[in-house]
Amino acid sequence: MLGLILRRLSVSAVILLVVSMLVFAATLLLPGDPAQAILGQQATPARLEALRAQMNLNDPFAQRYLHWLGGLFVGNFGVSTASGGSVAALLGGRIVASLVLMAGAAAISIPVGIIVGTYSAVRRGKAGDHAATGISLVLAALPDFVIGIALVTLFSTTVFTLLPSVTMDPPGKHVWDYPSQLILPILTLVLVITPYIIRMMRTTMIEVLDSGYVEMARLKGVPERQVIWRHALPHAIAPVAQVVAIQLAWLAGGIVVVEFLFRYPGVGQALVDAVTNRDVQVVQALAMLIAAVYVVVNLLADIVGIVTNPKLRTGGTR
Amino acid sequence: MSTLAQTIEQQTEVALQTNDLRVATTLGKEILHGVSFALKRGRMLALVGESGSGKTTAGLACLGYFRTGLEHTGGTVELNDGTDLLALSDAGRRRLRGGSISYVPQDPALSLNPAMRIGTQIMEVLRVHGYGVSEAARRDRLAGVLTDVGLPNDEAYQRRWPHELSGGQQQRVGIAMAFAFRPQVMVMDEPTTGLDVTTQALVLQTIHQLISTHAVAGLYITHDLAVVAEVADEVAVMLAGSVVEEGPCDRVLHDPQHAYTRKLLGAVPDLAGRRRIGEVAAVTGAVPIVDPNAEPVRAASVRRPAPNIVETSSLLSISDLRLSYGTTAILNGIDLELGRGESLMLLGESGSGKTTVARCIAGLNDGYTGSVSLAGKTLEPGTRQRSAEERHRIQYVFQSPLSSLNPRRAIGESIEVPLHMSGTYSRKQCRALVLEALDQVQLAASFIDRRPGQLSGGERQRAAIARALVNSPSVLVCDEVTSALDVSVQASIIDLLRTLQVETGMAMVFVTHNIALARHISQRVAVLHAGRIVDTGATDEVLENPQHSYTRELLTHIPSL
Amino acid sequence: MTTIDTHSEISTSVVETPPGLLRRIIRQRQAKIGLVLTGVVVLVAVVGPLLLPWLTGYTSTEFAGRPFQPDGLFGTDNLGRDILSRFLDGGRSLLLFAVLATALGMLLGTAAGMLAAYQGGLLDSIIMRGNDVLLALPQLVFALLAITVLGPQGWVVVLVIGVTHAPRIARVTRAAASAVITEDFIRASEMYAVPRWKILVKDVLPNITGPLMVELGLRLTYSIAAIASLSFLGLGMQPPNADWGLMINENRIALTLQPWGVILPVLAIAILTVGSNLVTDAVARASATVEESK
Repeated sequence: MLGLILRRLSVSAVILLVVSMLVFAATLLLPGDPAQAILGQQATPARLEALRAQMNLNDPFAQRYLHWLGGLFVGNFGVSTASGGSVAALLGGRIVASLVLMAGAAAISIPVGIIVGTYSAVRRGKAGDHAATGISLVLAALPDFVIGIALVTLFSTTVFTLLPSVTMDPPGKHVWDYPSQLILPILTLVLVITPYIIRMMRTTMIEVLDSGYVEMARLKGVPERQVIWRHALPHAIAPVAQVVAIQLAWLAGGIVVVEFLFRYPGVGQALVDAVTNRDVQVVQALAMLIAAVYVVVNLLADIVGIVTNPKLRTGGTR
Repeated sequence: MSTLAQTIEQQTEVALQTNDLRVATTLGKEILHGVSFALKRGRMLALVGESGSGKTTAGLACLGYFRTGLEHTGGTVELNDGTDLLALSDAGRRRLRGGSISYVPQDPALSLNPAMRIGTQIMEVLRVHGYGVSEAARRDRLAGVLTDVGLPNDEAYQRRWPHELSGGQQQRVGIAMAFAFRPQVMVMDEPTTGLDVTTQALVLQTIHQLISTHAVAGLYITHDLAVVAEVADEVAVMLAGSVVEEGPCDRVLHDPQHAYTRKLLGAVPDLAGRRRIGEVAAVTGAVPIVDPNAEPVRAASVRRPAPNIVETSSLLSISDLRLSYGTTAILNGIDLELGRGESLMLLGESGSGKTTVARCIAGLNDGYTGSVSLAGKTLEPGTRQRSAEERHRIQYVFQSPLSSLNPRRAIGESIEVPLHMSGTYSRKQCRALVLEALDQVQLAASFIDRRPGQLSGGERQRAAIARALVNSPSVLVCDEVTSALDVSVQASIIDLLRTLQVETGMAMVFVTHNIALARHISQRVAVLHAGRIVDTGATDEVLENPQHSYTRELLTHIPSL
Repeated sequence: MTTIDTHSEISTSVVETPPGLLRRIIRQRQAKIGLVLTGVVVLVAVVGPLLLPWLTGYTSTEFAGRPFQPDGLFGTDNLGRDILSRFLDGGRSLLLFAVLATALGMLLGTAAGMLAAYQGGLLDSIIMRGNDVLLALPQLVFALLAITVLGPQGWVVVLVIGVTHAPRIARVTRAAASAVITEDFIRASEMYAVPRWKILVKDVLPNITGPLMVELGLRLTYSIAAIASLSFLGLGMQPPNADWGLMINENRIALTLQPWGVILPVLAIAILTVGSNLVTDAVARASATVEESK
């Protein structure tokens, strides 16, 4: 089993490496001169040349790539063309802010999704199931900003003026000092990802409940609750862990639109600004960050799948 | 109550009795039309029927369990103390299941929880029903029941996962689970299907011992009449949801009253070959299939290119065939000869490599060393490398009638594929050839436009055979073609194959695990074990004077009527 | 010859899309609802631009009055343009791009998935690893990366969304095709030396249309959402073009004052995506019930 896990680990590392090459390739394709973009139109040729040398812009691509890659590991993400300052400084506080959103959303949607999905599967075909499935279907279809706008309309404007629609904390303060501004963004994220978890849980549970060994447990006279807890749920964990991982990973990218909508000072907002300003270094750094989160979370899900499957634990079938 | 049940009640204690049991689907279609039988302590009732007869539904009803989509619409299931099982609440039924009335499932691979150790699974029955006064008492019982079914009872074995056991061992764990609480009634649903003959014999022995030693009432659900003869005291035959005949085992099997029972018995192949299954005369050593000098009897409506036949005595010749997957050797040097028009049975149990040999002959498996020669000329390993003519001359029919035809294509289209690949026929000619092939396999011309989903298992297998015939092969390789079919359908397909041999003069390699078919289909038998041919010769010779110990063991363990 | 043939001993291991799938889909109520919803919005999106300017009196870029005034049927937007006109004109490019992106993704993904499943071995590994790399970034982030480099142009959006659909579709196709490829009728075709491409097209493809249609629906719904999101971020269609996503962003500062500028396009996008998802779900149910009814 350990061997299998190590192999997945190395595959993930290789994938990240290839992604980094892809992301770095963006630099090569960008028209224009980064040094010019940073220093502006007024810069003298000498200063431009000096900055180019400092940014290693004259080195061959391979060397620039390795330099950039090495920088990633030590926290040097390059220079932002928009602010002129280091990218790392720009992002530090924002990463924390985004993590708060992601953690909040995950903490609510995972348990809710699993519980509602199981309930739906056990009460298959009845009213509760139909309601849950129907609502999930609708929510899953709507784009995240549509859900966000709907929530804003409901809670911030004409109907109720309960919650702020825009984050307006002064710089230097943490986002959690004003918890009410976290509610709508987190609620939006929850409404976006919970339906997928519900559907996957329901489908998996139904499949498991229809299996031969669950039927056998019932025929042995095992009480229904024990059947679900001991025989059914353990088999539903691995596939659901996969979906949960996918949703968590999606969160890493999904915060982009939500943060933009609520003007939340996180990584997503930074990304949109950077793209609008064609601030390549920032975009690259954020893309790698998000890719790393994605890959790590998926790796964890795979490990859960391996550990919960006895066939793989004992080294395969006889 | 039927007369049988009345008489029995007077003689032996009845543990469970169904009275006029009716089950229907939730949409209203009746599946069981008033089924009655009685289970007596210490005796085994066999419930026999083909697929769709409702026997599993009846068996599960004895536990008060109905699968999704079915419901109980009439009749009772009475226990020996008079309680009607079906009138009990869910909780009440659950108390009895696994405890007083237990169930041995058909496929342990599906019924054992793959994520639970086998010891835990058996213990669960004991814990749920509150056996004994302490955990220690339960552990003792667990060890005891494992020994009862002939499995090791040490701690290490109890900690094994289901996938670490063989099929036979898994089945015995299933029996242990059912027996742990010393039930009064045991319902066994085809517990030996899928096991090889020797394991089957052991499992049947175990069951017999448990039933008689502990006075358990047994219900044995099966489609295999030969097994019934070995293990049952009484027999009830089911057809389409009704019991058509019941009585003591001897009487039903040797003096059947109902037409269906007779038909069923007539279709069971017997090892001695005394009863003919189907209508055409059996092809055995005594009856040569084809006169090598005569023309094949067929009306050829299309002119075919004349094949280049080199006159040799042996049509198909296999020499030192070896194949390995990685380090596991599947075939360890196979030598076989097949003459023109000859019928050879390739007999082997699962894992013997028989399907691999068949695939190598047909060119479906190209990873072998050694040679396969047709009419003296060595063939390339894979079909794509062989010439078109070589491909035509060896044809292959797969085991699963479900899987061998494209469900999205009409039968006619599927049968035409080999013709398209030979490239020499026009559309009209193709259609004519397809119709001819359908006629040969006794399917109506209307089948040409039907899809596999609209056909029964037997009809699909015929269509697959038609596809193999359409290019007039010299060798037909049949890979377990009847193993997935009901006994009576099997008889008709065997019949068909014999007829075709007589009509077309083609040679046949019949791959199977069912030795009872030997005298009904083959002139020669080759016994395959662990990748080697251990016995080969004329059918009578091999069956009466087996040379190898494996063959001898096989013959002793075959259940027979 | 009298025999007893039975229909019912059929395992559920064959993956099929039997004839009558379409009929089975349509029969479901939710499919009907979904089709109606989607149809209405598609109609507005396609026919809308053709109705300007004679229906409302303005084109979508003309200035009709002062910003956020209740003139006209639904008022004016952030720059004083007539909201109804902009709304009618705003759906076409969204739909067009979404359809093109989905088609591109389906084409690439299906081909890659089938080839990977059929050939196996090295090609399979390459395609799957390539997939993993593409899947390591969320689709939106990938799109943002591409837009940074190439600019917010229509063809860029279509290309990048199509390319990011491909690995997801390839995964599903490969899984479905793998189940079919183990079936004996594929082996039979190989035995008759049918050329490989023909096996894929005539034997494999017709048997995976069920899952493929489901994927098509899911991808289309997602394309619409993604492209609208990009416009909302200001990185899709650029002003002064009329676009529903763009409209939502432009007008949301005055949500309390003049809600129609936001509500109309939000409703349109919502109804379109929900309708499309309902139809997709009906397709999924229809192809799944085949397995259950056996």
